[in-house]
Formats: sequence, C-alpha cells, structure tokens
Amino acid sequence: MRAQRTNAHKAGQFNLITWIQLAFAVAAVVLIVFAVNIAWGDIPRLSDGKPDLSGYYDTATITPFERRGSSEEFLSAEQAERNAAGREGWRARELQGSDPNREAPPVGGDGSGGAAGNVGGYNSFWVDPGERNFEIDGKYPTSIIIDPPNGRLPPVTEAARERWRNAISSRPRGGDFGRQNNGTAWWYPGPGPYDDPEVRPFPDRCLSGFGSTAGPPMLSTLYNNHKRIVQTPGHVMILTEMVHDARIVRMNGEHAPDDVRRWFGDSIGWWEDDTLVVETTNFTDRPNFSRGTRDMRVVERFSRLDEDTLLYNFTVEDPNVWERSFTGQYAWQQTDEPVYEYACHEGNYSMFGILGGARRMEREAMEKFAADSGD
Amino acid sequence: MQLIRTTTVLLSGALLAAAWSAVAEEDAAGGYVASRGPGGVNPDLNGIWQAMNEANYDIERHLARASMSLREGPVGPVPDQATLYLGAVASVPPSLGVVEGGKIPYKPEALAKRDENRRLWVHRDPEIKCYLPGVPRATYMPQPFQILQGEKEIEIVYQYAGAVRNIYSEDPGPAPVDSWMGQSVASWDGDTLVLTVTAQNDQTWLDRAGNHHSNQMTVVERYTPTSPNHLHYEATIDDPETFTQPWKISMPLYRRMEPNAMILDFKCVEFVEELVYGEYRREPLPRFELPDPSVESAESE
Repeated sequence: MRAQRTNAHKAGQFNLITWIQLAFAVAAVVLIVFAVNIAWGDIPRLSDGKPDLSGYYDTATITPFERRGSSEEFLSAEQAERNAAGREGWRARELQGSDPNREAPPVGGDGSGGAAGNVGGYNSFWVDPGERNFEIDGKYPTSIIIDPPNGRLPPVTEAARERWRNAISSRPRGGDFGRQNNGTAWWYPGPGPYDDPEVRPFPDRCLSGFGSTAGPPMLSTLYNNHKRIVQTPGHVMILTEMVHDARIVRMNGEHAPDDVRRWFGDSIGWWEDDTLVVETTNFTDRPNFSRGTRDMRVVERFSRLDEDTLLYNFTVEDPNVWERSFTGQYAWQQTDEPVYEYACHEGNYSMFGILGGARRMEREAMEKFAADSGD
Repeated sequence: MQLIRTTTVLLSGALLAAAWSAVAEEDAAGGYVASRGPGGVNPDLNGIWQAMNEANYDIERHLARASMSLREGPVGPVPDQATLYLGAVASVPPSLGVVEGGKIPYKPEALAKRDENRRLWVHRDPEIKCYLPGVPRATYMPQPFQILQGEKEIEIVYQYAGAVRNIYSEDPGPAPVDSWMGQSVASWDGDTLVLTVTAQNDQTWLDRAGNHHSNQMTVVERYTPTSPNHLHYEATIDDPETFTQPWKISMPLYRRMEPNAMILDFKCVEFVEELVYGEYRREPLPRFELPDPSVESAESE
C-alpha cells in the first residue's frame, strides 16, 4: 500500500516536470518543421526527402498546344475568366442535344461530317477537354509550347516535307476524318481507308489513346485526361486512363538495347534536385506523338508547383522531322477523382461496324456500277 | 530516472508487439522477416514477379492431356480442328494443381457450364481474344507482372495485355459498375498485403480449362514475402452463385532475377485482329472453318 502511495506522489512530480519538457520539445519540433519547410518549399515530400509526385491528375486544359495566330505570350486573368465562361456556355448549349425532350434527328442523319458522319458525333456530354486555361506562377500562357518563343512547332526539315508529300499523294487511306459521309463507298474501286484493320488508326483498334494522351509527350486531349502516378524508389509508373496504358520509368537505369522498340518508347529517369527527369528513346515507327519518328528523343521534367499542382515540362527532338528541338509545359491538376478501367478492346464492336459497313458500301457501289454499265 | 523507466516500458511494449506480429505471420512467412519498403513500415514487395506453374492451363489437379481443345476420336479424345496443327505445342502439361483439395466446389449447373466451356474452349476463352484476364488469373498468366509499392499506394502492372488494376488504399465503397479487373482495396495484415477484389464482371475465366465465375465473386488475395526473392500467394474465392463454398488457391511467386528484368510490351490486341476482324477485310485471307459452336453446344445438350 505504501509503495503505491509513493508512486502516486512521484507521478504528480513527473507530470509537472514532463509538461515543461514536453512544451520545449514541441516548440523545437515546430521550429525544425518550419525551417525544413522554408528550405524545401511547401510541397509534399516522401520520407526519403524526394518530392512526392504520386496521386491522380487531371491534365485537361483548353490552352492549345501551339499558339494561335499572332496572339500574345500570355492571356490576361480577365481573358482566362472569359474563356472559362465561354467554355461553360458552349457546354450548356451542347448539352441541349442530350435533352430527352428534343425532336428526333432527321431521317438519314443531320448531314454533319466528321468521324461520326451523319449520325452526329459526341456532344459535350461525352467529352471532357478541359474547362480552363492552365495557370503557372499567376500567368496564363497562350500555348503549351514555350520554345520556340513564338509558341509554335519549329520548322520541318526538307526531308520530312518530302516524306509527307509522298505519303499523302500515295494514299487515299486514313484521310477520312472530317470528310462528308454521304453513305457511299467514295474510295471505290481504289484502295480505301477501311480495307484492313491494320490501316485504321491506333485508337480505333484500342491499341492506344488518341492525341498523344499517353505520349510521350503526354498531351491534353478530347476526354479521359486522367493520369495516375505511383512513385517507388526504383520505378515511377505513369498510368494514362485511356486504353490503360502504363509507362514504367526505370530510375537510374539504362536504356533497353536499340532494337527493343516500344509503344511508348523506353523510359529511364533520375532526379535533378526536386525535378524528376525522364528520358525516352527506342520508339517504334509509329510513336503516339504521331509527327515524330523512331529516332525521336523526349526529355520530360516533372516538378511540384504546389501541393495541388504538378508542372509537366517536355523537350522533343527528332532530326528526321524538325530543324531544332522544341519545349512545352503545362500544369497538371491533382484530383480526387481516381482513374477507372478503360477496357476498350473487349467492347470494340465499332471495328465490326467500320469494316463491315465499308464492305457493304463497296457491294452497293459494285452493284450500281454493274447496273450503270448494263444500261 | 522516471523518463528512462517510461521509455523502457514503451520500448519493451513495442518489441513485444513486433515479436507478436512476427509470430502471427510465421505461418505464411515461415519466420522470414522482409526488409521494409518505402516509408519503412510495410515489407518491400516492389519487384517483377511471376508464377512458375501450370495454373493458367488448369488450376485443378490434372494429368497431361493431348490438347487444350479436345474432341472424341475413334479410340479416345484427340485434338480438335482448332488445335490439331499445333501438335504437342497445344497439349496441356500435368499439375498437382493450385486449388486446395484439388477440386473446385462447383454447384452442379456451374460444373456443367465449366465442362461446356472446356469443350468450346477455342470459342470462349477470353485469353484467345486478348481480353483483360481478371483476378486471380492475371497473377499466374505465363508472363511477369510488376508490383509498384509507394509509401501510400500500390499498383500492379501485368505484361499480359498491359493489364492494370484499380487498387485503392482506402475503400471507396462499392464500385459504380463491374469491370474486367474489378476494384481492389489494399490493406496490410502484419507483413501480408491483402487485396480484396470485388465488382469483376462474369466474362473472365480462371484458366484455359473453362473454370469460371459469376459477377458475385469476391477474391481476397494475400501476398506474403517468404524470402528476398519469393512471395507466398493465396487467393480465397467466394462466389455463392457458382460455388457451394469459398475455396482457396495458393502458389509461390518468384522474383525475375535477370539484372535487366523489365515489363515489356505485350499489346496482344494487334495479334488477334486477324482472328477477330479478318473476315471483314476487303480481301479476306483463306481460313479453315471451325464447326459452328452453337451446333456443337446444342448437340451436347
């Protein structure tokens, strides 16, 4: 009994002294955290001190890749607000097409062009191309490209120009986007853009997303602009929601042998201070960034602007195409919305429609041709 | 003095807790204590892993058979027309099986469907059309996968079909809709990573032998490091629509030891375009016509 009372007495002493010690300790910790924050900036970090880039991002922006016309380098804040309001208005107008009380479209379609032709394409219910111009350091650039300083892609080499001229003149294939769909096999009898699955673009075939969404460089596109980054000491994974394309960057690694050609190139990474640098080579003959070639080299730089925003910067060089390299950057907004499964191939009934529809149109063209020559 | 005593008590408490959790894990880990991963709390599962067994052929215990797709011959089963020309390459290697107890506890009608799946394998196995594999099949496809374990989150990327999963560190509640790879919620049970997978659709299979499930399936996966280069993998499969009771598969997973090991591209979608869309080419290539599966199916009933 006595021993217990003595202990209780001592416990009282312990409380008094310890509270003072504790107060000092807390003050010291607060000071250290404060000092570290000043030194490291106010960005999330992992326990090894590296910036924490992990999370989900919405990379959609209405700022164009290349600067349009001869506009200034930056928008005013007011103009950016007007753009956002204008986008909101467009969205509201477009959504009227989804009004369940609207009239049925005219028989035979509304005559619109584009990929969906007569039946009408996606309205704004289906797309998510961004709601605002992105902002970096309080400024609103008018293009993603920042170098060349005119915000536009650099001049194309003479060899590339020649290559593209030949490609265009030798193919009726592919060039169907934006063409008026009049319900006939306009390519008949010559080779057409629907002859084989392999001549369709990658997104039709569910082989990768469109608009260089998975890149590199990874660009903002019509919809599904969500990314997920998982960061480990040895690897950084960048998952693009569209067509579930995951790039795995090997930290401090070496590139795969030159003949190992990859859909998104072969990516290795390293840290330069607080910036993750990723170098990508080993592209196939048809990189996601479709203007590039197998000799393209892309260097991407990921850094934290603040706890909600990541700055994505990229430099592209390809001596087969451009006379010099170019650099772009835009902000990726952290989001609470996770990515979802994009099982594209599993439900790709469109390829049956595209190819099967073309066969039917050709049959009809053939019959018409036979009937006409019989007259 | 008091401070030292307090600290000692706290420390021994922590040691006891650590020892207790080590004992609790001894079953799966066999006493092995893995090095810590990012953040220093959980074991490090980062790496490129692969199963080394015959589970993708048939998860049940089975003897070797002539083909993944058999038909009745004059004396016994022989390869059907779809696999005939592949000869021994299309045969099924034997296995003691990865299913605890050897056999899956099917309900009678589900077993009948499995047998029909096996007979119509070439028409029905989603792997043939390069569809996403689902879980647990993704784990034992004959290709590597990579676990990416950060401080706060986990993701698994499979080389087969470039499949990925939606793995959440916090349970977001029921998935909005079923999907091929389902929704996975991660948690740690001592040194075991537990992934609870729900909302998988009923289109995926468990192997090339027609073993199947409904969209009511819950899979609880357990990944436990048993050496620097091995994981013990378990998956408990609960699907009251298909099975009479929950059942379990287990197998070791092996680290890919090549110093340059990496997940490469296996976008098999382009490899199956001839199969899936070939007849819609402007000038289709000649092909053997397989017997109509609906006729075969009707005959078997």
